[in-house]
Amino acid sequence: MRVSEAWLREWVNPPVATAGLAERLTLAGLEVESVDPVAKEFRGVVAAEIEALHPHPTLAHLRVCAVSHGEHTPAVVVCGATNIRTGMRVPLARMGTHLPGGEIIERASFDEVISEGMLCSANELGLAETGEGILELPLTLPVGADVWEALALADQVFEVALTPNRGDCLGVAGLAREIGVLYGCPMHGPAPHRVQPGIDEVWPLTIAAPEACPHYSGRVVRGIDPRAGTPLWMRERLRRSGLRSISSVVDVTNFVMLELGQPMHAFDLEKLQEAIVVRFSRPGERLALLDGQTLDLDADTLVIADARRPVALAGIMGGVETAVTAATRAVFLESAFFTPASVAGKARRYHLQTDSSHRFERGVAFDLQVRAIERASELLVAICGGQPGPVVDRLYAEHLPQRQVIKLRASRIARVLGTEIAAAEVETILTRLGVRMSGGDSVWDCVPPSFRFDLAIEADLIEEVARIRGYETILGQPPRQLMSMRGRSEAQIDLGRIRQVLVERGYQEAITYSFVDPAVQARLTPDLEPVALANPIASDMAVMRTSLWPGLLQALKYNQNRQCDRVRLFESGLIFVRGQGGVDQRPMLGGVLWGFQNPEQWAEPKRGADFFDLKGDVEALLALRGDTPAGLSYQPTEHPALHPYHASRVHKGNQSLGIFGALHPGLAAALGLEQPVFLFELELNLLTQGSVPRFSPISKLPMVRRDISLLVDRGVAAAELIRCVAETAPNGLKDFQLFDLYQGEGIDPKKKSIALGLIFQGTSSTLIDSEVDQTVERVLKRLQERFKVTLRS
Amino acid sequence: MLNVAEVIAQAERSIAAAQDLSVLDKVRISLLGKKGVLTALLKQLGALPPAERPAAGKAINDAKEAVTEAMAKRQAVLYQQHLARSLETERIDVTLPGRGQRPGGLHPVTRTLQRIESLLTQIGFEVVEGPEIESDYYNFETLNIPPEHPARAMHDTFYFDEHTVLRTHTSPVQIRVMEARKPPLRIIAPGRVYRRDSDLTHTPMFHQVEGLMVDVDVSFAHLKGILQDLMRNFFEQDDLRLRFRPSYFPFTEPSAEVDIQCVMCRGSGCRVCGQGGWLEVLGCGMVHPRVFEHAGIDNEAYTGFAFGLGVERLAMLRYGVSDLRMFFENDTRFLMQFR
Repeated sequence: MRVSEAWLREWVNPPVATAGLAERLTLAGLEVESVDPVAKEFRGVVAAEIEALHPHPTLAHLRVCAVSHGEHTPAVVVCGATNIRTGMRVPLARMGTHLPGGEIIERASFDEVISEGMLCSANELGLAETGEGILELPLTLPVGADVWEALALADQVFEVALTPNRGDCLGVAGLAREIGVLYGCPMHGPAPHRVQPGIDEVWPLTIAAPEACPHYSGRVVRGIDPRAGTPLWMRERLRRSGLRSISSVVDVTNFVMLELGQPMHAFDLEKLQEAIVVRFSRPGERLALLDGQTLDLDADTLVIADARRPVALAGIMGGVETAVTAATRAVFLESAFFTPASVAGKARRYHLQTDSSHRFERGVAFDLQVRAIERASELLVAICGGQPGPVVDRLYAEHLPQRQVIKLRASRIARVLGTEIAAAEVETILTRLGVRMSGGDSVWDCVPPSFRFDLAIEADLIEEVARIRGYETILGQPPRQLMSMRGRSEAQIDLGRIRQVLVERGYQEAITYSFVDPAVQARLTPDLEPVALANPIASDMAVMRTSLWPGLLQALKYNQNRQCDRVRLFESGLIFVRGQGGVDQRPMLGGVLWGFQNPEQWAEPKRGADFFDLKGDVEALLALRGDTPAGLSYQPTEHPALHPYHASRVHKGNQSLGIFGALHPGLAAALGLEQPVFLFELELNLLTQGSVPRFSPISKLPMVRRDISLLVDRGVAAAELIRCVAETAPNGLKDFQLFDLYQGEGIDPKKKSIALGLIFQGTSSTLIDSEVDQTVERVLKRLQERFKVTLRS
Repeated sequence: MLNVAEVIAQAERSIAAAQDLSVLDKVRISLLGKKGVLTALLKQLGALPPAERPAAGKAINDAKEAVTEAMAKRQAVLYQQHLARSLETERIDVTLPGRGQRPGGLHPVTRTLQRIESLLTQIGFEVVEGPEIESDYYNFETLNIPPEHPARAMHDTFYFDEHTVLRTHTSPVQIRVMEARKPPLRIIAPGRVYRRDSDLTHTPMFHQVEGLMVDVDVSFAHLKGILQDLMRNFFEQDDLRLRFRPSYFPFTEPSAEVDIQCVMCRGSGCRVCGQGGWLEVLGCGMVHPRVFEHAGIDNEAYTGFAFGLGVERLAMLRYGVSDLRMFFENDTRFLMQFR
């Protein structure tokens, strides 16, 4: 809420400067976000009176004015505005004046007529957004008076960011009350005033929905002067609060809302049919609103209707058909209490957030209506004249919000806040806030005031005590706790360790958005229907990721477009996959690898990363689990995103741990990526399942190595050969290495040559050569039978 | 007859004259080899009268020893010279860069999260996680934010359907933990959260760390104590000032927003803190009784506090990052600065 400091200080004036007041409010939970001057400074503008007005001798659109401005001789000023007339009080910028817009007023010649100053619009003085002719000053301003001083422009606007629980501070009166409590100062606002009816006309009023509108005050005012303008002082107050002046009637209702916090509405009485009824809308009803749009009303919408149709959206906005216009001479004033529940959510549903709905949603005091309508009547009559009728006040007390008794215990205050607060201080604070208290010493019965909708339980009152006292008065202290340890599985691998493996292998961690472009994702995981957001922020961030790859590929592209020659990124996070029991939110670890395997360096040849670099990274990650060499199996696989022959899935038993491979070249081209690109994605829940190491004795016996070089069909997988060797050899085979692979010139083009180093070691006695030879023979025989291998000499 | 002294003198001259190991070896052979001078002298012993033999033998042996020793000394010197020369031929430019892979690094948000986690786990907080697609019930209702509550407007929620949202904060994890376990509780829940907002200072996804402590006697003073400790340790500024401002969250009462003294200007006012000297970094409060009710925790038996801090904000302040959006562009030139 924006509020002028001068206006606040009219109500309550603590002995503290602007900055101190702003800080105190902030520390009481009424955050002052900014303090800004209400106008850019100008000096040298005085109130002047137009004494004579003549057309310019040669320039048709200009007039020459003689204006008195408190000096011996009137000034001659040339002016183009159409709203000036003789006798009008206007601001005159004398020569040498610096206007807020930066203009400096100098002697100017208009076709030989010399102008000795300038008459100013509100816009030129920085007091309005748009220009609308010369600003008319009230006749009460003496000629020659300094306009800056006279309009009290040495004032600040506080922008107060109110939390949704503090609807009571959405008015000058409410904020002033709070300041009064903080500083222990008395309040001075205008005293409630009853305007005596001049006529006895009463407009029929029915509340058909008292549960939503338990209190409604209305009043007829006839004979108002539609031409009476809003006085400058009121326009300034509105402007400083961020509201535009609209018409005198509307300005009055807005002013009362800003002052007291009670939203009001004025209907053109001549356009109302027979009565006012507060009711819920009926099927098919429509309402054309002040802002130009027409709503089809939902059934549970509270409206103000006349005998025929809805005329206002209760507590939100009035209808255009019954709106006050420049011709309005009679009005029906509304000052009602609509329950927060009846307004809450409606404004958002209809996309109509108004100053009125903002206040009703948060709660307006339910005993403020008559005071507000009296205040509005007083101002309206003073400005526009007219005769008010009696106030009609309909009250359904049983539907008013209840203010239950809240039990407040001194012991609970101490326990929650961690500090003792004297009973007298508790009583002072809460009483000043308007809470009625009885009992005392250590337990009180408390009844919150009508304007506080946020005080319902003991904790709410404890907060009020702490808030007014100041949180800074509670000293921080470390909690004392019983020390006990939490169990911790040694087999569980920290995500931190997993990340570290990749970091050491040259990967940089990325964090990409969890929602991705549905078109890109559909190409990567066409078999998975993604979970779509109902209200995405952008069409390329519309669905939840079913894989980490869309985000990583986007990041890759971003970097490829910025002259990178190698990229290695990884990310950990959830993917979202539809399953039988709803959406499976699964943690994954994904990576992308592109470009040179090593950073460019003098000592290594430049080499593009390939599938086996990728696999090495995957193996390094899985190595943390501590599986036996035969425990994991890598199988060729197919995946829509991957190259059909450069893709593998890794399994433990029947369980897939993840997939990796080269991005399908066709897809890479379609996505505009430089190739080849390598990807992996592993199940984080399985990756973190390690094991506790188990010692096995170290043999002191010597090892024997035999290298065999085999010629075998290209289609035979190395893993098959190795498994066969491992199964065939007895325990004496301790380890083996696949240390060479050759295919090409010199051997049958359908074959490949694989070299295995077999390492033998006895467990109880040294192996002798003949034993080893026998084992190798057996292995070879088995390999020949199963894979038709031949031994290369 | 046998001029041993002459032989020794000559031998020493030859040894000293040898300029490399191969020459020295030739000298050794010429003196001590099968056909060497000293060997020849020994052979002549037999020709001497028996009475002279012992003395002559001793003289020859002494000579042999002396020559061997001189040889060894010379050899050591020559070996050192030889080694020095051969090492010199192996000279390399040690200023050339090393070979192989260069390590990457962690994302600054991860670094920040790890730092927060390590500080809070020291004092017994346990890290827990929760789902990101969350029910309206856990994200709002159990946190005392009923459907039409104005606080919902502050959240700019992403919806999937009427009952399912992307969590707007990490607070639902509090409820899930309180439902599943019994007090005392000390947990933190780091993770991604989402709000439908994107501009210079907002990204539609960001990170929070939720903290929750529930025990028989947990107070607002404890909350202040722990957060002071956390912020001072996080920024490594022992005198860092904190400011607790009353605020409003439907799930805490009393509630506070916490400002820290600007870590850039130490509170004197700068661009980062908008000249105010303070930076808002987190929201916190005592767990609202209705939240305990939802979670089945006895309000009379227990009290608790909760806090939620914005990770990106802390990362920006800690590392001097000026633009929030860089965190999710994944520009390697940015990421590589956080090794």
